[in-house]
Amino acid sequence: MTSFTLNGKPVSVDDDPSTPLLWVIRDSLGLTGTKFGCGMALCGACTVHLDGRAIRSCVSPLSRAAGKHVTTIEGLSADNSHPVQRAWIEIDVPQCGYCQSGQIMSAVVLLKENPKPTDNDIDEAMSGNICRCGTYPRIRRAIHRAAELTAAPAKGKVAQ
Amino acid sequence: MSQALLRSKKHVGRREFLKTAAAITGGLCISAYIPELGAGARELAAAGAGVFAPNAFLRIAPDDTVTVIANHSEMGQGIYTSLPMLLNEELEADWSKIKVESAPVDPVYNHTVYGVQMTGGSTTTPSEWERFRKMGAMARLMLVDAAAQQWNVPAASCHVQKGVVVHAASGKKATYGSLAEAASQLKPPEDVPLKDPKKFTLVGKSIRRLDTPSKTNGTAQFGLDVKVPGMLFAVVARPPVFGGKVSSVESADALKIPGVRAVEQIPSGVAVIADRFWAAKQGRDKLHVVWDAGENAGLSTAKMTEEFSKTSAAPGNIARKSGDPAQALAGAAKTITAEYDVPYLAHAMMEPLNCVVDLRPDSCEIWTGTQFETPDRASAAKVAGLPPEKVKLNTTLLGGGFGRRANPASDFVVEAVHVAKVAKAPVKVIWTREDDLAGGWYRPKWHDRFAAGLDAEGNPIAWTHTIVGQSIMAGTAFESFMVKNGVDGTSVEGAADILYGIPNLQVDLHSPKIGVPVQWWRSVGHSHTGFSTEGFLDEVAHAGKKDPYELRRKLLAKEPRMLAVLNLAAEKAGWGKPLPKGVGRGIATHFSFETYVAQVIEASVEKNGNVKVHRVVCAVDCGRAINPDIVKAQMEGGIIFGLTAALKTEITLENGRVEQTNFHDYQMLRMFESPVIEVHIVPSDANPTGVGEPSVPPAAPALTNAIFAATGKRIRRLPIQTADLAAEGEVKS
Repeated sequence: MTSFTLNGKPVSVDDDPSTPLLWVIRDSLGLTGTKFGCGMALCGACTVHLDGRAIRSCVSPLSRAAGKHVTTIEGLSADNSHPVQRAWIEIDVPQCGYCQSGQIMSAVVLLKENPKPTDNDIDEAMSGNICRCGTYPRIRRAIHRAAELTAAPAKGKVAQ
Repeated sequence: MSQALLRSKKHVGRREFLKTAAAITGGLCISAYIPELGAGARELAAAGAGVFAPNAFLRIAPDDTVTVIANHSEMGQGIYTSLPMLLNEELEADWSKIKVESAPVDPVYNHTVYGVQMTGGSTTTPSEWERFRKMGAMARLMLVDAAAQQWNVPAASCHVQKGVVVHAASGKKATYGSLAEAASQLKPPEDVPLKDPKKFTLVGKSIRRLDTPSKTNGTAQFGLDVKVPGMLFAVVARPPVFGGKVSSVESADALKIPGVRAVEQIPSGVAVIADRFWAAKQGRDKLHVVWDAGENAGLSTAKMTEEFSKTSAAPGNIARKSGDPAQALAGAAKTITAEYDVPYLAHAMMEPLNCVVDLRPDSCEIWTGTQFETPDRASAAKVAGLPPEKVKLNTTLLGGGFGRRANPASDFVVEAVHVAKVAKAPVKVIWTREDDLAGGWYRPKWHDRFAAGLDAEGNPIAWTHTIVGQSIMAGTAFESFMVKNGVDGTSVEGAADILYGIPNLQVDLHSPKIGVPVQWWRSVGHSHTGFSTEGFLDEVAHAGKKDPYELRRKLLAKEPRMLAVLNLAAEKAGWGKPLPKGVGRGIATHFSFETYVAQVIEASVEKNGNVKVHRVVCAVDCGRAINPDIVKAQMEGGIIFGLTAALKTEITLENGRVEQTNFHDYQMLRMFESPVIEVHIVPSDANPTGVGEPSVPPAAPALTNAIFAATGKRIRRLPIQTADLAAEGEVKS
């Protein structure tokens, strides 16, 4: 048995401790927002937070999560209200959408560590996440927008 | 799928087309063609009592919810928003009440041009432009009739407003939901007039995509996310050489992995079936398979490049001939020649292929992200030994498609049904990234040989273009009408129909048969002709001492729409204005999927040969832009896709083996390499044309032309080799 906290709730699983966390989250715990793209930490589609840091869950063994806090896209907010989610919606970032859970999870950590990132900061923090649809220009805009929303949430009403 | 196919339909009789479509579908569906209004069609959309389903494309529930039934797949191109926009432009329901659902497989949902249910060729909006508006208008007319009858007033005295029928004179109002039951008792009207486009309130607006919220919180359901009770997981070991066969399998080690249930041979390889994906994957790693590599064991892309070049020395089958190119070349004041090469390319959608199959003795249910519903269902039925109507195919969201999920052999679906047969339980087959990249069905490798003749003033008067590359259509059900006189229309699209006015012109084609499966890849033939023709035209401009923009303007004098797009891109980019030292500007146009695109790229080359793309300015005329922001997104994405092909990706083979395995050696453009992109849409009242693909073809040539402007080095093969551009490098071509 391996126990950890997933999106604020304690969970225990009997998967082999060497199983990548990605497949534990998806297949054993049933949360499918975290995606499989490469299995080699090359694309970032599987990005989750381990104790607040972005990790690639496709190469992180379950044992690494023991006793720790794991946050997935489903745990970011109950209602799409996280500033990064709001910015993503406002700018209509996703196309196919498959990589976007990972993009968002990477962006959240970037903004937590660096509330006002420059374009260069965004390049550095986000270049581990591939988007085959080519939404990079919008991801960049959305991160800047999320920084504004975080700094002044009251101004952040999303206009339709 | 391609524009060439769309065009060819115009010249194909309905009977012939249905025959072709019947061949694709196994001949079982098309003969039962049902018009949109048939009783059966209405049942397809209906769900529950009191629900109004005037046709197969929508239903309105008593709670006012409007469910639009989308017969095309959402793979990022935004059609789960643009199709409802078309429908609701006429229905005029409350937009916040609109939901989208994927259609089941039925002839009523067939593509209006291709005759099967599918998504491709950048045709969803153009082909549904009229039908979806009609479906919405029909529903509105019936709802108004229902209200008018209840109130005993003439229908003409009522109007609709945001999902409510209003009788202004009496002040009576009724929501669509409250009228649903009454409306469903009415007969659909025969005549469904459409709004004057001047009165559009929804079409033309950049409203937000309906699918975005589900794609920011993890709830969007892709094929990989499907769960079925009792479902097992499988991965398949496939031959390392295309066409290879299993000689022997040693499965004892694989079966020792906890959770592995079975190792079974299937036609495409060896399936490892387990309780979980991870166990199946580990089991496959422990499998010992001896393969009979077969006849393709000697394939080498390096050798192909040489052979293609040799082949191109003689003309192939004529795709287009105007004037007398040979004589004009002989008499030209100056002639230039060049050869261009592009590699095999994998689609590399972020969501690897996958398919869930629940096979029972008398039925089969499938969940997958596909672009090819009718052919997939027919192929699955054949393997299952069931009639197609016993196979229920559920289309999920697609984590990217780019053509790969419209497979002529339905490879990933057929294989999953074979796995289900041996799994004896519902099963999800998952491809790894390694499986995806080595799995074939690539954009063909192409070689393009050109010669041009210039007159004394430096104007091109002759142009010959010999193309060498595998036919995509050969061997598919489309071959009979897509390959004419030995010319596959998709091989020469963008070359044979080049818009530039050059009086003596020949385009011809060699289609070698090679054992590498090839397929349409975002922009199909245009993905090579865009690069080669626009690169060579740039060479012609420089050879004639002309400004590349001015020469294009001159040659497009009789193409007003492309000329306008070209001028717009040049103006917005500041063509001719000074640039920082080392930065070059390149320009390219391309007409594809009935859409006109021009791009100007600013780029520079670092000492080590690294290319930096600074800015891309894109102008597009796609007729009426249904949702301009979605058009922009498609242009942006297509440019990144095109630049990735220009700068990064190639599939190579040695000894018949694909050399690339994952994103470390099949690299995608990443955030730090992504340029500033500006998109300008030409306002238009013309019918909408494609937007999913047309921004791909001009990206590579605009970049290589910019590199030439910056460095004087001409790139004639993709992907661009850093070593060729390093300070002392010589460009090989």
